[in-house]
Amino acid sequence: MKNTSRRDFLKTTSLTGFGFALGVSSFAKDAPLKKLTPAVLSLEINPFIIIDTAGNITLVNPRPDMGQGSTQAVPSLLAEELEVSLDKVNIIQSDGKGKYGNQTSGGSSSVRGLWQPLRKAGAAAREMLTETAAKRWNVSSTECFAQDGKIIHRPSGKSLTYGELADDASKLEVPKNPKLKDPKDFKIIGKYNKRIDVPERVTGKAVYGLDVDVPGMVYASILHSPMVHGKIASIDDTDTKKIAGVLQVVKTERPMPHRTSEAVAVIATNWWAALKGKKALKVQWDNGNYDKTLSTEKYFAQTYEAAKKDGINFEEKGDFTAKFTSAKQKIETNYETPFLAHAPIEPENAIVHVKDDGSIEIWAPVQGPDWALRDVCGYMKVKPEQVKINVTLLGGAFGRKAYHDFLLEACHLSKELKKPVKVIWTREDDITQGPYRPGMLSHMQGFVENGKITGFHHHAIGESIVGQVFKGLKEDEADPWLSEEISTGNNKYNFATASKISWTNVKTDIPIVWWRSVYASNFGWGQECFIDELAHLAGKDPLQARLEILEDERFKKVLETLAEKAHWNEKLPAGKAKGIAVFKSFDSISAACVTVAKQENGAKIEKVVSVIDCGYYVNPDNVKAQTEGNIIMGLTSAIKDGITFTNGVCDQTNFHQFNLMRINEAPAIEIHIVDSGSNPGGVGEPGLPPIAPALGNAIFALTGKRIRKLPFDISNLA
Amino acid sequence: MAVFNLTVNNKKIKVDVDPDMPLLWVVRDFVGLKGTKFGCGMAMCGACTVHLNGQPIRACQTPISSLAKNAKITTIEGVGEGQLHAIQQAWIEEQVPQCGYCQSGQIMSAVALLKTTPNPTDADIDAAMSGNLCRCGTYDRIRKAIHRAADTMKAGTSVGGGK
Repeated sequence: MKNTSRRDFLKTTSLTGFGFALGVSSFAKDAPLKKLTPAVLSLEINPFIIIDTAGNITLVNPRPDMGQGSTQAVPSLLAEELEVSLDKVNIIQSDGKGKYGNQTSGGSSSVRGLWQPLRKAGAAAREMLTETAAKRWNVSSTECFAQDGKIIHRPSGKSLTYGELADDASKLEVPKNPKLKDPKDFKIIGKYNKRIDVPERVTGKAVYGLDVDVPGMVYASILHSPMVHGKIASIDDTDTKKIAGVLQVVKTERPMPHRTSEAVAVIATNWWAALKGKKALKVQWDNGNYDKTLSTEKYFAQTYEAAKKDGINFEEKGDFTAKFTSAKQKIETNYETPFLAHAPIEPENAIVHVKDDGSIEIWAPVQGPDWALRDVCGYMKVKPEQVKINVTLLGGAFGRKAYHDFLLEACHLSKELKKPVKVIWTREDDITQGPYRPGMLSHMQGFVENGKITGFHHHAIGESIVGQVFKGLKEDEADPWLSEEISTGNNKYNFATASKISWTNVKTDIPIVWWRSVYASNFGWGQECFIDELAHLAGKDPLQARLEILEDERFKKVLETLAEKAHWNEKLPAGKAKGIAVFKSFDSISAACVTVAKQENGAKIEKVVSVIDCGYYVNPDNVKAQTEGNIIMGLTSAIKDGITFTNGVCDQTNFHQFNLMRINEAPAIEIHIVDSGSNPGGVGEPGLPPIAPALGNAIFALTGKRIRKLPFDISNLA
Repeated sequence: MAVFNLTVNNKKIKVDVDPDMPLLWVVRDFVGLKGTKFGCGMAMCGACTVHLNGQPIRACQTPISSLAKNAKITTIEGVGEGQLHAIQQAWIEEQVPQCGYCQSGQIMSAVALLKTTPNPTDADIDAAMSGNLCRCGTYDRIRKAIHRAADTMKAGTSVGGGK
């Protein structure tokens, strides 16, 4: 980005109503806008491309950056077709308005979802600029080409910059089917390029939600119910009000998508005072019956009960139950995964200003300004045109910041206080309040015949995200999200005799939501460990056993690449072992090989080799970075803390009880990309699901002990 | 409320705040330097790491009243003294950050490590950096970047090498 021009650019675009750049706090303190006169005309060639008459090019990134690299990956799709270099353009974040379409970073959808639309937007603009130049020169557009922000007339060598063409070009009709570049001509896509946003992230200049200041704002720290859904019986704020800086204490609410909980907010002139005031509050909670009824132990007991009964069939081939009953070599067992907090290091936070005219301005780290806009409009009963959302950088999210309770809390408080309010959650709020990845049970049945895995049943059991968050699951319906997670259409295993995927919804009042890779992070554990069990039952090498039943060439290629890169067939010295797993999610296939070594009573994770086929990708280094992150998060989910509830209350409160993997526990990592040339798949999540099962399978290979419940204590495997 | 004098990034600063207020919030909300981050409030994540007289500390657990008069604080904004520190340069070369939120703290810990241990082994790095959590999982790159910075500083080709 051209930092020198950014401020001028902001001044100009703010007058013409365009989005919002990353330097929000410096902008907020900027000179009054009315004193500024735009020297140049900004022209919207299409919603994603703005070119001004001075030649500045602005690309709109419709996917908030939570660390997944969308600041580079998404504008690259535009820049490639527009023939501009990313370091010579300004990049701004979309604001949620409808003209930008889907704007939520989630479901690993950025590149795979925008691959066609944004390349088309770039190519359309290129064609409009080319046509404008050709007209001006009175030549055929076929004699002209675009390069580095200019249209060049090939025969004469004369050129015009995009800035010189923008005004006329913006008046042309946008071509519906512009010609896209041949992938072999890509200059940006698929090439290593340093991320343009990294320098500001290593100098403390990057502006996250937590870093935004708005004039006149007050701070809020919110006391949530320890029971999550408890009701306030009484509030004693005597001690709170004695604290310097505390302005007031207000009864407030935490609006979740499916229900609203009561809460108490301490408002202060600075957040530390608000937090100190919150700690001094004495609130009695009417916890209903939650202390007796709500616990993860009770929840899991229900899931194990459900495993004894038939679920709702999602798909079935052959008569699985009959075949399983008569099978001679078979296994039946359960695999459990815990509830997990997302725990982004930047806690949930938001600034909301409900203004006197009823309009609302927001500064917040949200994964999707479009969803945030929808939720704010629904909750505040306002129209989209009354809301302005400034999306900041996100200090991690992993799904959490697409759940807008913290944002709506700030809406509620600002409406009541009639001034900008900044809500900052504590780590304790983040860990004790959820929403969490649901804990799940995989009830597995399978059999082998003649040394081959031919029968398989995955019974997925637990609370449904569709059901709880969206109230969208019927009693007699299997969770539809299973199709992209554990269906045989997804895992491409051909179980020759019989197979079944089924579902039982066990409900809970513990709030849940998607977490990096969603159900794949749960059910990948059951599927891939159980396939390993069946392979051993069949007397087969686990990798060979998979190749035998996989009918998809891309899966095979990924596994074969893994075998080669991880030296799968080479024997390890005594005291070391490897395990593998493969899983497809979000249209990408990823396989991992984990090497473990005996260490005292347990094991040490020495190395993880991961292979991913994500089709076309933008930056190979970012694919690797995301996969590295998935490895660490996958291992963390396997061997560090889960979330448990006892007597209605979350047992973990901060990182001393909800431990995350640290650098001293992190293994060596190696990532390999399979270039399949397929349509882009996801990158932010698919590396995660195979990690925990590859580790579990490695532990079995090392010790003969089959781990079936996560998390487990890797330091003590006795 | 009480008045405190301290030196932040070589600038003398006077603040009038609650004596209990942790240095983290003083630096962020009263000095206006937002690069130092809040992550846990109990010294478990290291996002708030700054240097106190050259030593890495967790600013979220350091009440302003516990600091000696004119204590010298260095934050991420001052660590390169107007330029990029070799560690910051290595962080860019290795493309370490993902979300980047924890990286201010990581960098402050790494700079402190190289001051005392110019040729760190992986074990030295693990020991010095294990107080800094990264939820994005950039640990492998952090190790590589620290080795790279150590090499650069030995070669004396980068600013910050002598510090």
